[in-house]
Amino acid sequence: MKVSRRDLLAGAAGVVAAGAAGAAQSQDAPADPSKVRGRPSRALGQRAAAEKPQRQPRGATSSGTPHQDLYGTITPSDLHFERHHGGVPEIDPKNYSLLVHGMVERPTIFTLADLKRFPSVSRVHFLECSGNFGGRGTATDLTPQQIAGLTSTSEWTGVALATLFREVGVRPQAKWFLAEGGDAALLTRSIPVSKAFDDALIAYGQNGEAIRPEQGYPARLFLPGWEGNSNVKWLRRIELSDRPFMTREETSKYTEPMADGSARMFSFLMDARSLITYPSYPITLTRGWVEINGIAWTGSGKIARVDVSTDGGATWTAAKLQEPVLPKAHTRFRHLWNWTGGDAVIMSRAADETGYVQPTRETLIKSRGVSGVGYHINPVTGWRVRQDGTVIYNAEPWA
Amino acid sequence: MSARLLVAAIGTIGCVAIAMAQSPAGSQSSKEPATFGIGRPATQAEIAALDIDVGADGVGLPPGKGTAAEGATIYAARCAGCHGKTGKEGPNDALVGRIPNDDFPFARDPRAPKTIGSYWPYATTVFDYIRRAMPPDKPGSLKDDEVYNLTAFLLAQNDLIAQDAVVDATSLPKVKMPARDKFKPDTRAERKK
Repeated sequence: MKVSRRDLLAGAAGVVAAGAAGAAQSQDAPADPSKVRGRPSRALGQRAAAEKPQRQPRGATSSGTPHQDLYGTITPSDLHFERHHGGVPEIDPKNYSLLVHGMVERPTIFTLADLKRFPSVSRVHFLECSGNFGGRGTATDLTPQQIAGLTSTSEWTGVALATLFREVGVRPQAKWFLAEGGDAALLTRSIPVSKAFDDALIAYGQNGEAIRPEQGYPARLFLPGWEGNSNVKWLRRIELSDRPFMTREETSKYTEPMADGSARMFSFLMDARSLITYPSYPITLTRGWVEINGIAWTGSGKIARVDVSTDGGATWTAAKLQEPVLPKAHTRFRHLWNWTGGDAVIMSRAADETGYVQPTRETLIKSRGVSGVGYHINPVTGWRVRQDGTVIYNAEPWA
Repeated sequence: MSARLLVAAIGTIGCVAIAMAQSPAGSQSSKEPATFGIGRPATQAEIAALDIDVGADGVGLPPGKGTAAEGATIYAARCAGCHGKTGKEGPNDALVGRIPNDDFPFARDPRAPKTIGSYWPYATTVFDYIRRAMPPDKPGSLKDDEVYNLTAFLLAQNDLIAQDAVVDATSLPKVKMPARDKFKPDTRAERKK
């Protein structure tokens, strides 16, 4: 291929623009792009300069997905939420191994290459931190990212845990397994073996490439529909046992005090929830037709319906669900609304194929109390549209 | 037969062979075999190097022992910066504190601190967690006796053991935790089926 001087110049311009972080490139956009030769091909793509979706870190241990900036159902991998308990480890894939032992016939060590030799499966699933609710107080200047940024959807690829368990010969008396991460927290959770033979994966792929470091590179446990914390990342060890191990994460954390004076433990299942992502804070709405849309998800199979209210919950109408509706995955819902300029509270309410309906705040408080620290908080939430078109979070203080 | 024809003939034979289930190069299956023969056996030493978990029954606790007095010194040096001088002050998780009558007010009172003495159901978890994850600036650096000492200190601070009690693999699983019977397995999944 002949390379002209013009190609070289364009290439150099591209390198400069890429180096000078997005903004410069945007300002440099020509008035008429059709009159300027565009930049040449390059090895790694990047977002358009004007697009700057960002995760929003809360402290050093989590960051949420910017749902207000996204379309459809797949979360770009670099915007997938993160939550970790000992930082994100750097793991050399050449040194990675997974030990499976305990109540098995053949205690075995698998390298990453070994895991990839097994038959693989790819499935689209959401993953949600069970602490994913940021709308408990009186604040109204909250975005969808702040209300529920700790849920994301990816296509996950890996080996079925059932395949691995058959390979090592899991003994019939093994009812639980310990999953241990190789991070600084050596995070551990006890998981029922039945989940392994249902739909659990050891995932090494995310949206077509290797999973991201924040998601457990090079390999993680993936338990479709179950609380994020149990999907142990940087997985280094699995131990089969006839009982749970009562680790710190499943006793002093990730348990829910109940109004009856007990505490619920091993509460893996993520129940149905929905979130309107447009319109939402901080946009200003223009009168006329509005496509209210958002995401709904459930750990129990498929979303069956999402109802939308534009009058603060007095009346509800079924929204359209974007096909294909996949089990245990974000589902996009859409609902047309002609906003004529009055005050309105818009809300969404998901129901799944088991008949479970997303609860109200009052229902949750009845069973769970008003405890300010909470896991598995999935109430119907909404947005208040004011006459001037500004949109704020419809705060319903928890305690 | 020219060399070129010979190559073509061998190619044809090869194609026919591949179309069959059995060929000199292997066999095909639409079903997974019982095992794939992937991975290598783990030795006892390799398992022991990683198998550090401690069960609620004490299985997995190592030899060694500790006391609150010894633990106080280690706590002051390695833990107090995050958990406070007595274990109550923070800024990170409060570890020390009982609730009057060992009440369990956590659903109605968001300010009730979930300490080892008020919320943790198993004493063995204290040892397991300190050993695997603490302190955050040097996780996994504490020796087993140091972990026993710290465990003893925290249990004594919570009035769960006597100040002079010796904590070891035998005594630790026997420590009675106030919140032990409060925890119930989730029944939502069963309800739905």
